[in-house]
Amino acid sequence: MTMLTETSRSLRKTALNRAHRSLGARMVDFGGWDMPVEYPNFEGRPGGLIQEHLAVRTAVGVFDVSHMGDLRITGREALAAVQYAAMNDASTLVEGKAQYSALLYAEGTFVDDIIVHKVSDHDYLIVINAGTREKDFEWTRNAVRDFDCRVADEGDRYTQLAIQGPLAQATLQKLTRFDLGSLKSYTFGFGEVCGLSGVMIARTGYTGEDGFEIYIPPDEPTSARVWSEVLAAGREFGILPCGLGARNTLRLEAKLPLYGHEISESIHVFEAGLERWCKLEKASDFIGKSALEKAKAAPLSRKLVGLEMTERGIARDDYPVLDASGNRIGRVTSGSYAPFLKKNIALAYVPPAFAAPGTEVKVEIRNQAAGAGVVPTPFYKRPKRP
Amino acid sequence: MAYPNKYRYTKEHEWIEVDGQKATIGITDYAQSSLGDIVFVELPKVGAELQQGKSFGTVESVKAVSELYSPATGTVTEVNAGLADSPEKVNSDAHGSWMLRITLRNPEELKSLMSADDYEKFIAEEAGS
Repeated sequence: MTMLTETSRSLRKTALNRAHRSLGARMVDFGGWDMPVEYPNFEGRPGGLIQEHLAVRTAVGVFDVSHMGDLRITGREALAAVQYAAMNDASTLVEGKAQYSALLYAEGTFVDDIIVHKVSDHDYLIVINAGTREKDFEWTRNAVRDFDCRVADEGDRYTQLAIQGPLAQATLQKLTRFDLGSLKSYTFGFGEVCGLSGVMIARTGYTGEDGFEIYIPPDEPTSARVWSEVLAAGREFGILPCGLGARNTLRLEAKLPLYGHEISESIHVFEAGLERWCKLEKASDFIGKSALEKAKAAPLSRKLVGLEMTERGIARDDYPVLDASGNRIGRVTSGSYAPFLKKNIALAYVPPAFAAPGTEVKVEIRNQAAGAGVVPTPFYKRPKRP
Repeated sequence: MAYPNKYRYTKEHEWIEVDGQKATIGITDYAQSSLGDIVFVELPKVGAELQQGKSFGTVESVKAVSELYSPATGTVTEVNAGLADSPEKVNSDAHGSWMLRITLRNPEELKSLMSADDYEKFIAEEAGS
């Protein structure tokens, strides 16, 4: 059997690196970061990717997502700068509101997808991907150079924890007097958490589940203390520490895009199906707008669709998608066994003629064609809770 | 986890138990624990010819695909069909969840494989490197 390599070469580490190792996490190189992929067990209970995934769907899990990057745009023209650099309409944000958006190249393809948080009129915090941090910072600084604003890379200023799942609120509420019930999805506030004042608490996540992300000081003692307190608070609910393995399968079930997979510098907004977050009609110009106006008028050559395997086999990233006669029509961008749905699912780019749910296609798995069907997405949508 | 003395082991983390001309093949506990939750096992059919050191199938965890390499040359006589529906059995009992039974063509070649003691030293080094 060929083994996954576990490396300890000079990788970036979060402040919780030692905490993960002391929990027995399996660590991997993720975009240059030494990150936990899963925790095989926790406090004598079985863990591992599937259990972690199920904990988030049915109870609560906590992730160290400190590898995520943060850009801060401040100054008199901060809003105008955000409007020009990102595709969503940030003018609709009020203080304490966040929105999904993206940085685009002039071609309408992706620099990165982001979450824009309006902290105040002249202060926006943008959460970006870990692997694109330097690129995003340089790109943004260059994109907004004519505006009266400052762009700062604040990626090292926070330890970021994601507390996710239907019992995330019950867990986090034990550690703060801030009324979490007052936070709607994609809003945030500042409050005392674990005795730390001014902690940013956002009702955001990347799991398709309810949950929160908190931004705490990045020193190791503070980070480790809060991490332990979250795990202790969630113990009565069956909390598990969760790694990047579960983070990936959770986001895939919810059809949340991943940079380098569903979105990239060669895929544009309409192909990715993210036009809902792209405001061509907003008052200000933005990078990528004119290319996207043209793209909107033209037929698409490919579309992102959901696949469910109907024959044995797991579609994996980059596997070819074939039509019924075996002609190559597209490729898988993300594919996995889906632990909550208990099915083998995938996202793939195919021509629009093959994009309708019910269309039968095949996925080439190690030189064998296995049957799959186009299905509606997201694969998983969380039940409405009172 | 104890590695049975009656098995021999490959550097690719398969085990083989020999009984005369017949042998049984599986993957080690170290392999299953490194892979994580196993969700798919793809094995050859009865009658397939295996060659020592050559790939004979795949095992997939949620996050990765790994090839299986044959510890010995021979012909497949039986396949553990139960693993198709319950691949997670390899996680719970790797040394009991056999994958294939084969008829050996060249029992001499098994001398190149590791004993349980050697394999334990080998994985200790691999885990530490």
